[in-house]
Amino acid sequence: MTMRLATFGAALLATTALTVSAASAETLRWARASEALTLDPHSQNEGPTTTLMHQIYEPLIVRNMEGGLEPGLATSWEPSSSDPNVWVFQIREGVTFHEGQAFDAEDVVFSLNRALSEASDFKELLTGVTEVRAAGDFTVEVVTDGPNPLLPNNLTNIMMLDAGWAAENNTEEVQDYAAGEDTYAARNANGTGPFVLQSRTADVETVMTQNPDYWGIGEFPMDITEIIFTPIQNPATRVAALLTGEVDFIQDVPVQDLERVDGADGIGLATAPQNRVIFFGMNVGDEDLTLDNVEGANPFADVRVRRAMDIAINREAIQQVVMRGQSAPAGVISPPPVNGWTPELDEYPAYDVEAARALMEEAGYGDGFSVQLDCPNDRYINDEAICQAVVGMLAQIGIDVNLSALPRAQHFPLISNFETDFYMLGWGVPTYDAEYIFNFLYHTQTENRGSWNGTRYSNPEMDEMIASLTSNTDLDARNGTIAALFEMAEEEVIYLPVHNQVLNWGISDAWSTVVDADDQVKFKYFELN
Amino acid sequence: MLNYILRRVLQSVLVLLVVGLVAFAMFRFVGDPVETMLGQERTVGDIERLREQLGLNKPFFIQYWEFLVRAVQGDLGISYRQGRPVAEIIAERLPATLELAFVSGLFALGLGIILGIFTAIRRDGFAANAIMTLSLIGVSLPTFLIGILLIYVFSVELSLLPSFGRGDVVDLGWWTTGFLTPSGLVALILPAITLGLYQMTLIMRLVRSEMLEVLRQDYIRFARARGLSQKAVNFRHALKNTLVPVITVTGLQLGSIIAFAIITETVFQWPGVGLLFINAIQFVDIPVMAAYLMLISVMFVGINLAVDLLYVAIDPRLRN
Repeated sequence: MTMRLATFGAALLATTALTVSAASAETLRWARASEALTLDPHSQNEGPTTTLMHQIYEPLIVRNMEGGLEPGLATSWEPSSSDPNVWVFQIREGVTFHEGQAFDAEDVVFSLNRALSEASDFKELLTGVTEVRAAGDFTVEVVTDGPNPLLPNNLTNIMMLDAGWAAENNTEEVQDYAAGEDTYAARNANGTGPFVLQSRTADVETVMTQNPDYWGIGEFPMDITEIIFTPIQNPATRVAALLTGEVDFIQDVPVQDLERVDGADGIGLATAPQNRVIFFGMNVGDEDLTLDNVEGANPFADVRVRRAMDIAINREAIQQVVMRGQSAPAGVISPPPVNGWTPELDEYPAYDVEAARALMEEAGYGDGFSVQLDCPNDRYINDEAICQAVVGMLAQIGIDVNLSALPRAQHFPLISNFETDFYMLGWGVPTYDAEYIFNFLYHTQTENRGSWNGTRYSNPEMDEMIASLTSNTDLDARNGTIAALFEMAEEEVIYLPVHNQVLNWGISDAWSTVVDADDQVKFKYFELN
Repeated sequence: MLNYILRRVLQSVLVLLVVGLVAFAMFRFVGDPVETMLGQERTVGDIERLREQLGLNKPFFIQYWEFLVRAVQGDLGISYRQGRPVAEIIAERLPATLELAFVSGLFALGLGIILGIFTAIRRDGFAANAIMTLSLIGVSLPTFLIGILLIYVFSVELSLLPSFGRGDVVDLGWWTTGFLTPSGLVALILPAITLGLYQMTLIMRLVRSEMLEVLRQDYIRFARARGLSQKAVNFRHALKNTLVPVITVTGLQLGSIIAFAIITETVFQWPGVGLLFINAIQFVDIPVMAAYLMLISVMFVGINLAVDLLYVAIDPRLRN
């Protein structure tokens, strides 16, 4: 229903013309579909929450809007010269929290330990960290259980709190939902960030003003003096609010409204490829599938069938018809900015129904088979429509696909509970390194790894190579392993890549910004035109 | 009499308990809250641990029992989505929904009665026929469509009214109101019309048919024969007798205005309990869903109970 509603709204809006009231010079009114869930920066590792946190709190190392690593609350970082298992961080001096407390190494030790605690949603990013210790007022050492060359990449969303503030307000622990607790940190914020929280009513309005004591004044544009954030869930309403000038910036312009927004006076569209690839996974590991019509065998276990499906998907047609040009067809399940990605890997096979049919024949499935495809309908851009298109494409090679589209809350448990044989998934790589892809999507599912591997794929050789990535400090050798892993993955066709999503931000002409590939807006970089 | 009341109250409690049981049996089909609560980097171990901690592995009737035990002690739990006590969130959101329901109820009742009388008196007039035809649209168009249509015309096209939100509200401590600020009042217009349009056409058609019925009665004819003015006949004698069923229906409809504000609130990003409920479903926020459903059923059961008791008060035959 939502989709149809949005399309209708777009059709309506497409016929209108209006004048946009000039945006107030310093206040930026910001809207997006989702609301931040909490103010506790270690409680929810989830896009909209992290975005809000980035305005108020800061991590040691920041990923700027272009995707590069920049000093945040740490000014420099390097592996210890004496011990390869230790990273040494020099902490920025003279920084104060919004409530006036001074920031020092003790706060870093406290914050990282808090992020490591069991109720924290960020602890997996710090796997392997055994100790965090202060080595002076402005030096912190992080000890890992083996060399960890990528630790800095994992710190970009882990925010720093004031140890004293947390102790005073009895909020040292991350909120534990199971215990039915309500914590101070979930409702109040005291960061070092560029903006100070003024007021917040969840699902209604969050107001922040510029931090006059921010260390980065002069270093960053900091043109915004006030941010008013409002979640607007309905896509048609959100676009209407941008068109009427009631908001200055929306983070998610629906694809069907792009032309409307682009054509409106006083509003522009900022577009960039997103760090998120969309693909299909298949149950390649089981002896037999549950939701197919083949008895006693698993067609997906045959690589020829998977290859046939790979070339039967017309990625360009999906891009042009379903996505209205707003996607980049992909040949590998890695977004381009990720270390390990190469243009060669991303070359997708030519669409070839004849060759696909021949492969199916060769595999003994010349008459095809039927299977169920599980698809989310509220998670990715046009997710259900992509699945519908693929159903038609696979029908051409005799695979009779029964599509089951469900909301995300029902779709994702199917993957983690091994209850689906054929499913859609999207993957973003916040660490910008391919280890993250292999760890979660290719490694055999165990207690700590392979938690998103719904394919039942299990390859001991590959697992060993993946495990070696964690502690290999020789970056060239490590990159070699990644390349070999991608080659193996390509050979096996465990996943069928579709495309990388494209982000579309709608913004008043008064402001300019680059589009962050992770959809993580950082308002300190916004410039007034 | 006391016996009757007691029986009705007991029946109401039973209905509430059954509603809760059905709700809890349904929650498993909404999805798994653990998936939405944990981030992308969650491991299989994390999923198991959180499921265990939240008691999601238990059979639904045990989860329901635990909810009831805590609920009667006044503890509705902590929202999975917002991490705050559910009772506090609902108390914070209820004023928005109640104010919206009040205004749209007023709009529906006021305009519905006026138009109903008009179309009954001018039964064959062009204007009355036009109104009747238009009212068909009000009955048949889905709410979200009307909402978007209104946004398009009055916000985007004419730039007269805001497209979303509640405007500025005044916090009275235990209640937030939009009635005291200009932007709060203006923000009420479009959502109230959207929500009330269906009820308005319903009341209008009800008043019209009742009125036509009454106008045919002998005492109206006698009133006319006595030479009373048209105004006195229509408004003093006919309308009064028309209103009895209208009041009954309106009372029952008030419950559905509050319960079905969900779609209107989503279209206008109106921060009421309906929007809260939609978000709770998307997130599989079981404590909020449970509390909302119980709240709505308490309300419906309460209204029905009140109506039943009123009947007893009005109709002496039921007392024996």
